[in-house]
This record gives sequence, C-alpha cells and structure tokens, in this order.
Amino acid sequence: MEMPIPNAAIVSRKPALVAKLRAAIGAQGVIDAPEEVKAYECDALAAYRCPPLVAVLPSSTQEVAQVLRICHEMGVPVVPRGAGTSLAGGSLPTADSVILGVARMRDVLEVDYPNRTIKVQTGITNLAVTGEVEGDGFFYAPDPSSQLACAIAGNIAMNSGGAHCLKYGVTTNNLLGVTMVLPDGEIVEIGGAHMDASGLDLLGVICGSEGQLGLVTEATLRILPKPEGARPVLIGFDSNEVAGTCVSDIIKSGLIPVAIEFMDRPCIRATEDFAKAGYPDCEALLIIEVEGSEAEIDDQLARIVKIAKQHNPVEIRESTSAEESARIWLGRKSAFGAMGQLGDYMCLDGTIPVGELPYVLKRIAALASEYGLRVGNVFHAGDGNMHPLILYNANKEGDLEKCEALGADILRLCVDVGGCLTGEHGVGIEKRDLMTHQYTLDDLEAQMNVKDVFDPAWILNPAKVFPLATSASRRGQL
Amino acid sequence: MSILAVSNTTFAQQQDHLAAQIRAGNIVVPRGHGSSQIGLAAGQELNAPDALWDFDPSALTLTVSAGTPRDTIETLLRDQGQCLAFEPPHMQGLLGQSKVGNNAGTIGGMVATNASGPRRVAVGACRDFCLGVAYVDGLGRLIKNGGRVMKNVTGLDLVKLMAGSHGTLGLITEVSLKTQPIPEMTATLTIENLNEVDAVTAMSAALGTPFSVTGAAHVRADRHGAFARTLIRIEGFESSVSYRIEALQNALERFGHSTVEWDQTANADIWRAIRDVDRFHAMTGDVWRVSVKPSDAPKLVEAVQPLDVIYDWGGGRLWLLTQPNTDVRAQMTAGHATLVRASDATKQALGVFHPENALVAKISAGLREKFDPMQKFNRGMMS
Repeated sequence: MEMPIPNAAIVSRKPALVAKLRAAIGAQGVIDAPEEVKAYECDALAAYRCPPLVAVLPSSTQEVAQVLRICHEMGVPVVPRGAGTSLAGGSLPTADSVILGVARMRDVLEVDYPNRTIKVQTGITNLAVTGEVEGDGFFYAPDPSSQLACAIAGNIAMNSGGAHCLKYGVTTNNLLGVTMVLPDGEIVEIGGAHMDASGLDLLGVICGSEGQLGLVTEATLRILPKPEGARPVLIGFDSNEVAGTCVSDIIKSGLIPVAIEFMDRPCIRATEDFAKAGYPDCEALLIIEVEGSEAEIDDQLARIVKIAKQHNPVEIRESTSAEESARIWLGRKSAFGAMGQLGDYMCLDGTIPVGELPYVLKRIAALASEYGLRVGNVFHAGDGNMHPLILYNANKEGDLEKCEALGADILRLCVDVGGCLTGEHGVGIEKRDLMTHQYTLDDLEAQMNVKDVFDPAWILNPAKVFPLATSASRRGQL
Repeated sequence: MSILAVSNTTFAQQQDHLAAQIRAGNIVVPRGHGSSQIGLAAGQELNAPDALWDFDPSALTLTVSAGTPRDTIETLLRDQGQCLAFEPPHMQGLLGQSKVGNNAGTIGGMVATNASGPRRVAVGACRDFCLGVAYVDGLGRLIKNGGRVMKNVTGLDLVKLMAGSHGTLGLITEVSLKTQPIPEMTATLTIENLNEVDAVTAMSAALGTPFSVTGAAHVRADRHGAFARTLIRIEGFESSVSYRIEALQNALERFGHSTVEWDQTANADIWRAIRDVDRFHAMTGDVWRVSVKPSDAPKLVEAVQPLDVIYDWGGGRLWLLTQPNTDVRAQMTAGHATLVRASDATKQALGVFHPENALVAKISAGLREKFDPMQKFNRGMMS
C-alpha cells in the first residue's frame, strides 16, 4: 500500500512541536525518542510500519484539545489511536504525523442502571466495560474478537461488530452520546443519555468514521441485561451450499440466534490439528448459539435441530452443559490461532448477501487455486460477514503482494454479488484503493464533503479511507 | 423475490428526471405523501419515484424506491411473516389528516423522519434498520451510500445522516432496510394506578430484566374512568412468552397487582394506539415529542404540567399535550423536544426542532452547505 511522502518541512519542525506539546501537557505524555516512538509504528496490520514523528498520550479531554490545537496550528497530521488493534491499518502513522493515543484515559465516569447506560473515557477496553457492569447482571453487547485489548475509541472509530451482533447490533446501535474534540481543538457534545438525535444524526456519521472527523474522548454506551443463559449447537454438513441454505431457513423461521458461525473444511482441518476440539470431518460446520432460560434454550435448539435435519446434516451436537458448550466453541475460538500455525495470514472481512454464500465460497476456492494460495473461511454467517483467511509466507519474496492481490479479488467479488468491502474491520489503508470499486467518484466526494466540514484542513488521519488520488487536492498533495 | 411495479429502466429515468429538475429548479420540498411533515417548508414539491422493490425474505433485506407507499410494503412483508421491527408510527391521525386515498405515507418519508415506535426501546430506531440509501443532492448528483447487507463499515455512514434529515440534505430515491420476522405471540402485562415516578421505576425495572421486554409505556387515567396504566410488552414464541410474563410478574411484584392481556387483537390495538398517539387525536392542544433520559421524565412532566402525557420507551420518549404556545423546552436541561402539532404561528415562534448548541449548529449548517450549497431543499425546515 502506498502512503503519502512525508512532508519534510513538518519533520524539520519536530523540536518546536515537541516543545509546545510538552509545555501544554507535560513531558510524561509526549514521546519523541526514536526508539520509543517505534512502539507506535504499526497496528495489527503489521505488514505495514512507519514510526510517527511523535506519540502523545494525553490524560484528559482538555489535554486532547490542547494537542489538537497545537497540531492544527502547525499543520501537523494527527493519527488517532485506541489500542492499536486495527486490522486495516487505521492507526498506521506517517513519518510526519503525531500519534494521538487515548490509552491513558480509561476511567468509568458513570454507571446508570435505571437508564441502562454507562459513560466511559474511550481508552477503556471493550471487555472492561462489560467487566464494570456484569456483577450487576448487565453487559455491553458489541464483542469484537480483540475485546480483551481493543479500546472503545477504536470500536467507535471502526463501528466494530462481533460474534453476537446478529441479535444485538454493532457499535452504532449501542452508542448514545460522545464528547468529541474537533481537529481545531474545539470540544463538542453530541447525543447523551437519551435515545435519538435532535437534529441531523451526527452520531451516526461519527461512528465508523475511522478517526476522520474528530477524537472521541468520552462515550455514553447502552448496556443490556445479561440473558439467563446461552448454549450452542454444532451442525456439520457435506456441502457449503446446504449449510448456507440451512442458515437462511433458520433466519426465516423467526428465530434470532445470538450467533451463527460458519467454518469451511480448510479451517475445520487446521483447527482440529491445532485445538483437537473433536469436530466432525465435513465440508461445512455451523455453530449456532441461542439465549434464554433453560427451557427456552431447549425449545429454540429443538427448532433449529428440526430445521437442520431437513438438510441431511452429517452430525448434530447439541450442548447440554457448560463443558459441552466450551468444547463446541473451542475450535471456533482457536480458528485464527490454528490458521496462524500454518503460516502468515491475512484476514479479510467483506460482507455479502446471505443467499450468495455458496457461490462466493466456490469462487474464493477457484481464485485461491489460480493464485496458488490456501484460503480458509470462518465467519459470521447470520449476517453475511465473511472472514476469508489467506495463508502466505512473509519471508518469501512476492508472497505478500500475491496475497494482497488475491485479497483484492475476493473483496471485489463481495462487492460484485451485492455486498461490501468491509463489514467490521474498516477501510483504513487496507481497502482504501478498492473504494472506487464499491463507490462512484460522486459517492466518495459526498463522503469527503463530510470530512471537509469537521476537518477543513484535513489533518486527521488524512491518508486513510479514501484513495490517495481522490483525496490528493484536499491533502495539499496535488 | 423481486416485484417490479415499474421497470428498472423507468426507475432510473425517474431518478434522472428528478436530478435534472433539481439541477434546474428553485426551492424543492422532497415529498412522499406529506403524511408526517411537521416542519414548515415551502417550494416546488418533488415526489420520490414510484413503487419498486426487491425483497429477499431469507436474507431479511428489502430494497425499495422511496415513493413506495408504506402500506404496500407492510402487506408485502406480512405475507412473508416479516415486518419493520421499529414499528414506524402513522402520524395522520395526530396531525389531523385524513387517512384515505393517497396519504398512507411513503417509505422515503418514514426514513426521512426516522419514524420509530414503541419497539425502538428494545431493537433500535428506523435509522438502525437502514442499510443503504440513494439520494439526489443539491447539485443534482445521484449519490449512493451503504448497501443491502447487514454489516457494512465501508466509508462514512451517510445512511444514518440521511435518516431523520427531514429532506434537508437531499431527495431520497431508494433505501435498503433490514426486516425482521413477526413475533409469534404478544402479551402485555398491565399495572394499574401507579404514580408517574413509580411507573418509570417499574418500566426501568422491567427493561433491566433478562426477559426481553419490547415495549414499556404509561398512560394516565382517562375521562371515561379508566385507571392510569403501566404497560409492559413481551413478544416471541408462545412457550417463551408465557414463561417470561410469569417471571416478569414476579420481578415486578413490589409495584402491585398486575394483569396480563393475552388476546392478540387486543395487544395489537394497545400498542398501535401508543405508537400512533391515538389518545391525542381528538383532543385539542399542541403536541410535543420529547426525548429524555427516562428517569428525568417525571420531573419534566411535573414542571411542564401538560394537559396529558404518554410515556413510551420506558419514559425515554414523552408525548405531551399542552396548552397552545407552551414552551416545553424552557423546562429542559437535557434531551430535546420537537413541536409536532401546533399552529403555524406557534411553530414559527417556538421552532419545530430543538435548538442545537452553537458548535453542533455550526457542524449541521456546514453539512447542509455541502449537501445543498444552493439551499434548494426544505429551506429553513430544521434550522
């Protein structure tokens, strides 16, 4: 992926910048030693690295505002960073940029059970939000698989989903209000503890804006009462097509499982070798989880099994205990690790209409064999959010580029069948140059117009989301 | 299942025609059926394209042209056992319009007003079910955003921005929506005669249980002698509903005796009446729609002293019937209030939409300037 050439004039002003930042927020929060800024050179898209000019870790909204004001005045690009778990390069710096991290802002500001909200500073991790309220029977619903590490700031920036969003929605459906610092240092409050927008739905466009519009420092989130219990059923099929049809039938029946996870044969095999979860040897495997009281779970699982049996499954394994549930989930939860044992991998996340599943899986297999690379599929089938994992060898010359080319072909395929480039990871730099496949230039212009309003100088994360050629004039790089 | 009321070519032609009119035209009022227009706007009315849709029941998604009547879509979905889960209200009765003829409301109008009813408290608003949108902007450009899949974070989310923008940012020509299966069964638990503080506490308690409450409303005693009623709705499979109703009755025991409505028609009527604010249809006075933190609601009602009030969303949404010219906002420190029904003079004086703080207003104005630089759409409607 191409990144803009660093602005030498900005780089030359580093000493002045550092001095101003230190004067504003103290030396402790300003990191400028080359060996230390290296810690911020990449996120979870680790194939791309570039140390920033400076990394700044403010400890309050006011300090974030001061930092942004300084960068804005000096024309220095700012790359916001939550916990650095982006798979799309969302917090990849450029050499002329300041990394602005919220890692030191982790406080819980208010828990309000009667109104079912929690207000937090956004450096807090996703799992810590649930941790704060679960003793009282509540939880925060979006659960990206990085939830142990990822920050709410990044969840809001990427509109993160997770395995349970089929029932509970993604971040945008669970976000009620934010305190956001605009690129010029102004602090704005949007939304609150009430449920809808008063005027234009600014919260809706801020969520998922990938750090393009402002820095969200505090958030009011919706919390939900924890279900009484949950149990999965595992169903194996001898074809992807049949498994896909079974997913459709379950959804049509009126059941709303919390999760419908799908694994294909390459992934099942890798997982079995790695985790030995005892999965059946089959083409496709579904793990479907439902919630409720014991009796409700029994009833829903019975309905699912009845639907599945119409599709000649090779195996049905209904969990009746916590141990059995853990065993069923073991393989799914180890899938990424298992694929990692086979080599380096790249994880895509295009979304497709659920009905296109069998065709897309067939096409992915064909494309993989054309490129001579292996692809395993493990994904959220209920909502069509695919996660093809492309295996490659980082030490082999040209393999990464080949892998990226295959990835691009797969994502174009997702768009061509009526889907989109990314369901939950975000565009970042990874899918930036594919945006013109999904959107026309007018469509992109309309999106960039929104950034123009929030960030007229284009200093926030400027080289992301939009193809570089499309945003060049705005970034002053024509 | 694709059902084409007009051909795709005709739709494209209509869309192009609209774009051309906007490029050439003066001030435009994007219009569906005008059944939920609450703001003041004047100009040349442009209708959204006619009925055209593509419905995939097995994927729970529907793509539909904005001019399609809502009742057409509601029938289409019902025939497949599905619905729009956010329960969009019909505002005609409240606004004193006749429901007959070409006035059933359109899908475009529903999205432009982010119309959401009682189930919003559990499943989300109209905007949460909008997957994609196409619109003509103020420069006459046809813009698409989002798509027709459930999870999509590709680029900035203009879908949410268009939902609830009351036609001030562009003319919506097409939307994609997420549908949901109609629940097999509904039951409503009623507690009578609670004061409003206790009613909100009871609704909060109900919404805080794991029993998936999908409606929580409170209405005052009426002139026909009925007691105040606090209503809690449970929906789902029959066995689930009976279990959860019983569990809920136990959980709410401290609020007094409760009864359960099991009749399906009666349940539909109860929640339709809450949704469409039936109670105020024949009553005179201004009507405000207020969005607050639920626990703040009784205090606000106490301060405003309305003629009548309906609490929905567990207290998070209030419908207030007030003496003409009452400024509800004067009593508010948080949340917002929309003046839904009043004389034009009152609407002029108090403003239909809640004033925004200076910074938010600046951002909103900036967005309108970008989407509609020549101020062609619904000028002055929201600001």
